[in-house]
Amino acid sequence: MAQHPLRGATAISGLGITPQGKVYGRSPLGFAVDAVKLALDDAGLARTDLDGLLVNPGLAWNEMGMGSFHLQQALGLRDLRLSATMNVGGATAGAMIQHAAQAIAAGLCTTVACVFADAPLKPPKAEGERSSSAGAYAFPRGWEAAYGYFGVNAMYALVARRHMHVYGTTQDHLGMVAVAQRRWANLNPQAQLHDQPLTLADYHRSRWIVEPFHLLDCCLVSNGGLAVIVTGAERARSLRTPPVYVLGMGQGHLGGDPSDTLSSGAVLARGPAFAMAGVGLGDVDVVELYDCYTFTVVVTLEDYGFCAKGEGGPFVAEHVTGPDGRLKVNTGGGQLSSFYMWGMTPVSEAVIQLRGEGGRRQVAKHDVALVSGNGGVLSTHSTLILSTRTS
Amino acid sequence: MSTYAKPLPQVGPEMAPFFEAAKRHQLVVQRCRGCGTHRFPARDQCSGCLAREADWVPVSGRGTVFSFAVMHQVYHPGFASEVPYAVVVIALEEGARVVSNLVDCPVPEIRVGMPVEVVFDDVTPEVTLPKFRPRR
Repeated sequence: MAQHPLRGATAISGLGITPQGKVYGRSPLGFAVDAVKLALDDAGLARTDLDGLLVNPGLAWNEMGMGSFHLQQALGLRDLRLSATMNVGGATAGAMIQHAAQAIAAGLCTTVACVFADAPLKPPKAEGERSSSAGAYAFPRGWEAAYGYFGVNAMYALVARRHMHVYGTTQDHLGMVAVAQRRWANLNPQAQLHDQPLTLADYHRSRWIVEPFHLLDCCLVSNGGLAVIVTGAERARSLRTPPVYVLGMGQGHLGGDPSDTLSSGAVLARGPAFAMAGVGLGDVDVVELYDCYTFTVVVTLEDYGFCAKGEGGPFVAEHVTGPDGRLKVNTGGGQLSSFYMWGMTPVSEAVIQLRGEGGRRQVAKHDVALVSGNGGVLSTHSTLILSTRTS
Repeated sequence: MSTYAKPLPQVGPEMAPFFEAAKRHQLVVQRCRGCGTHRFPARDQCSGCLAREADWVPVSGRGTVFSFAVMHQVYHPGFASEVPYAVVVIALEEGARVVSNLVDCPVPEIRVGMPVEVVFDDVTPEVTLPKFRPRR
């Protein structure tokens, strides 16, 4: 069978991660500028080398609908051949890289910065007061507020409850995802919760947010920016960093009610992505899954076929996804324990692992990485298969 | 004067018939004139057949708990004295699903699949919220 023309045609050559977490005093646009600058420096490229800019605005961009234009102006970029502001939620990071790769492979542009930035956290108002992320993701809707139905946490909790009812997934199963990822974060000095060990008992003691979710079932909320530079494979080989080739890509957006499907779009995206990459599930060394909640990891593991549908809970309970496990999942701690840059968190960790820059958390064999992005309530999905090799 | 502290439903023209019926202690959902599907909440068109015409029709008010989430975080001060409380999704006999609350049912007793029936909570002289209670 002929090789897909997109397979290995492009690579991620630059990675820029600003300080993450409770970082104040910088606007989302400012974080985006910083992230692009860091990514260009990483690749050894200049601003003038960029001819494409794709932006996923976080919540705090507010009315800046033409985000990529605002960022172009802020960065002083001239003569771009590709520009778009994209939003399919947490699937956007993967989707931006896909669109960049497609445009580059089609000869429409050569070097594209893909950027996420956000600053939903506000500084504490008074001494000792905690800054809260509750408001930013509350999304109150007109009549549902009358029933006390607020927030994306509750929307996901309703779906998780169905998964527990239909498949027998337990609270312990969800907790094991949090514990495994924290163990990875304990090996990652950049993780926001790096110095906080976590046991399953600690998990059960953490306060409820919306049952069946404890606080530790929910991802962090972070201020910061993250950018990657995508360029053609040939140019990538001439740059400072080892190329991280885009071997395969796919998207899947199921539609309907996620309470019925109880599946992510991985079930649609995985086939084309793996076929394009020419690799199988068994070839994947590093698995970086979008983890807005512990529950999302359980479902996504099922939907890529690491276990049978409905068996994600028992699968993670076998301790297979932590640093000592046979499947290396969310190796930086993920969005639950490291930082939350929507889908850019799993993308960045895949790049770090494939380059062998993971320090104490570095996975021994790191040729192929699977990256998932998930937006809405299991509403949108992107798949990337990345590798340091094309053969 | 009303001392009701929770948010009242902010209702646009699409959802107004639902709360007008509730005021009369009647539970209604939209039924598509194109394909007969019952749907909730209100939409401008049927996502099944794309027909725009629909009627608000009374339903039995019977259904089962499809899912529930127990809210511990206070997003609105009106709910501060109620946490933990449950937001429930009711699967109506007619097929549509409705977000609501349960009455006469402590949170630990809520189960997926539990049979329920509608009750009407006159929360202010002007506003009535359809809620559900266990059906025995």
